[in-house]
Amino acid sequence: MEQTKSFTAQRPLTHFHGGLKLAENKHLSNRSAISKLAQGREYIIPLQQHIGVISDPLVKPGDRVLKGQMLARPGNLVSAAVHSPVSGVITGIKEHEVPHPSGLSDQCIFIENDFKDEWIERRAIGDDYNHSTSSNLRKIIRDAGIVGLGGATFPSAVKQTEMHIKTLVLNGAECEPYITCDDVMMREHAKEILSGGDIIGHIIKARECIIAIEDNKPEAIKAMQAAIDNDGTGFFQLRVVPTLYPSGGEKQLIKILIDKEVPTTKHPVELSILVHNVATAYAIHRAIHYAEPLISRVVTVTGPGVAHPQNIEVLIGTPMNACIKHCGGYTENSDELIMGGPMMGFSLDADTLPVIKATNCLLVTAKDDVIDKQKQQPCIRCGRCVAVCPAKLLPQQLYWYASTQNTDRLVEHHLFDCIECGCCAYVCPSNIPLVQYYRYAKTTIWQQERERKSSDISRQRHEAHQQRLERQKQEREEKLRQKRELLQNKEKISNAKDKAGKHAAIAEALARAQAKKEQRNKNKETE
Amino acid sequence: MLFKRTPAPHIKDHTSVRQIMYMVLYALIPGALASIYFFGWGVLFNLVIAISVCLLAEAAVLKLRKRDIYSTLLDGSTLVTACLLALALPSLAPWWITTIASLFAIVIAKHLYGGLGFNPFNPAMVGYIVVMISFPLEMTLWSAPTGVSVGNHVGWPDFMTSFNWVFLGVLPPNETIDSISMATPLDLIKTQLSQFHDIAETRNNVQFSALFSNISGTGWQWINILYLAGGIWLIKKDVVDWRIPTAFIISLVLISNLFAVIDYANNSSALFHAFSGGAMLCAFFIATDPVTASTTPKGRWIYGACTGVLVFIIRNWGGYPDGIAFAVVLMNITTPLIDYYTQPKVFGEAGK
Repeated sequence: MEQTKSFTAQRPLTHFHGGLKLAENKHLSNRSAISKLAQGREYIIPLQQHIGVISDPLVKPGDRVLKGQMLARPGNLVSAAVHSPVSGVITGIKEHEVPHPSGLSDQCIFIENDFKDEWIERRAIGDDYNHSTSSNLRKIIRDAGIVGLGGATFPSAVKQTEMHIKTLVLNGAECEPYITCDDVMMREHAKEILSGGDIIGHIIKARECIIAIEDNKPEAIKAMQAAIDNDGTGFFQLRVVPTLYPSGGEKQLIKILIDKEVPTTKHPVELSILVHNVATAYAIHRAIHYAEPLISRVVTVTGPGVAHPQNIEVLIGTPMNACIKHCGGYTENSDELIMGGPMMGFSLDADTLPVIKATNCLLVTAKDDVIDKQKQQPCIRCGRCVAVCPAKLLPQQLYWYASTQNTDRLVEHHLFDCIECGCCAYVCPSNIPLVQYYRYAKTTIWQQERERKSSDISRQRHEAHQQRLERQKQEREEKLRQKRELLQNKEKISNAKDKAGKHAAIAEALARAQAKKEQRNKNKETE
Repeated sequence: MLFKRTPAPHIKDHTSVRQIMYMVLYALIPGALASIYFFGWGVLFNLVIAISVCLLAEAAVLKLRKRDIYSTLLDGSTLVTACLLALALPSLAPWWITTIASLFAIVIAKHLYGGLGFNPFNPAMVGYIVVMISFPLEMTLWSAPTGVSVGNHVGWPDFMTSFNWVFLGVLPPNETIDSISMATPLDLIKTQLSQFHDIAETRNNVQFSALFSNISGTGWQWINILYLAGGIWLIKKDVVDWRIPTAFIISLVLISNLFAVIDYANNSSALFHAFSGGAMLCAFFIATDPVTASTTPKGRWIYGACTGVLVFIIRNWGGYPDGIAFAVVLMNITTPLIDYYTQPKVFGEAGK
């Protein structure tokens, strides 16, 4: 590529406020190569695996589908398609429990695998992408159902709509403890990740691409550096950032690399920066060069509750228990099953749930883990949370206002700037589940906002209705009045006219009656 | 297989409220030992009475409030309150002074407001103020420090004399309370100034010179130095935030130095102020009480600095020799205001 000038190469790294040095526990799972999970019989594909609107199913029960066939198309601009991970038959489209913090169910497509592994016809654009338009490439990425694979699952193509973004950042920081899927990905697929970065760079006409990796991943750093040296275009550069949770947060990473704070109300593109996860770049590479939609991802199965922690490539829709089984099953003292990392992941109540696009990690904790499950105590306002908060909030004040449901104060104290990283709750000596309080408060405020809006609308409608009724009533009265007037006028006129006539008619009738009487009398006389 | 569900984060560091409270207690030990060394048995009695009354009161109130007695009693917060109160009270305070102050601290100042975490005022200081206002005479009963003679003794009274006085209110026939107790340097300088004896005169007076064997008074200087050492350890251990103590000491030193420079004869030096009375105890252990102090970074500077200024004002122009308790409680009132107006700029706010 012609973009050779680097802009941020010599810029010193900065740091964000707070953050935590955590026990990494990455060695558990990053010592072996990525293994592939054998195909299973049934796959469960949730229609909502991304941020945005739920996707629209294109198939119905009984349909035969091919591997890579689109099962549901994006429901809206901000939405993502889902594809069949295997060839087989649709056995149903129904509610099933999905991995979500709420623990609720959602619409899922059920597929029975026929083990024929028949792919849908694919036509890869390949190296021709250099001559393809941005919108064409975006469409391919959109049709491939690619979403942010770092865990946020925002539809990737939607992020790439701004052009001439100065800096593309490939995020390989992977700051959560235990998770190593990006680490092993960078070790094994460095070249493909760069290829994906090049494609994104082409789409958004970026001038440089920074690949950011935390310094606790020396092998990934070596592999990526070798690939960059091999590439030789000067478009890519590697920045090794210090290991500090949550440096992998988009806004935190931008602060570290470029020393700019992205305001809450804005997106990085407004600072001419676009951030993608390294795994997303790999998926984009597969979509462009192999016409492969996003039907699999690398999942870190780890934790003291799993027999053989490792990274596995899993088809989307695979039940989680199949992944655990592949990794030697649970240990005797396994305790909780968590999707995501120990800081921001959420625990699940069953392992029959499917792996989805957001499943970067399945962490199984153990009972003898020295996780301090002490009883919650009152907040003593020690301020440890203030010291670690990367958003520079006052968690202790937010907690106070959240527990008293003081909405105004919560908003004033920037509740909505909270990124829910969990640093405050991690250090809290009173064991208060602070993030839980903030989430609840946010949801309540959103709910109130929605209710207020809908009540505003219904009030307006009611008022409009009242006005309409009033207007109609007035119109009706007006009409009646006019009619009455008209009638009264008519009567007056007719009265004046007919008085004489009436008298005449009466006289006439009287005369007629008189005549009849006389006739009768005459007849009687003649008998 | 079904699993239980808990909220994120699923890992936690292991510091607990209890650990924090016990660290504070450990940090108090050197200063408390110095207190006992210089002021004798009375300090120990104060500690024993305050700890027992506070724990009993806490247990009783918890029972009335139908709370878990055991775990709360052991959280250490009551012990911290009891020790701070005991170390602030004069060494020859009668038992009922300590008892009233302890009861008031725990029952009124702490639990009537909702217990740990909900009390707007520092409980120990509220207890102290109550007895200070109600029984000003008894609140001056400090024994003579080690090495300083009073009446026909040198230093503090022996065990039996102290015990009989503190618990039974009786003294040996040949003694009066004045023959075993002595004004503190802060108190002495204040009363001497009111009689137009300037500082140099008081310090050089043969009658008092033993009390001023060093800059801030015999005993007091060491006690304060050891509280300072304990406090620095707490900061190093991340138990106490460094801002409040730093702001407090800087402001107290600056303002007392300013006045000392203007009028050397009638104002004690900055070092005297910083190392006498409860200055260091306040700086690291009282003003830093997390529940009642400001918690924002900027707010802590303001809070600490204002406390320092108030201490100086009360010491110089107030009706009491030391101003720690009043300064702290007055600043407690302002905490919500300070916290509200010193919110840090959140991430991304600068670029808005």
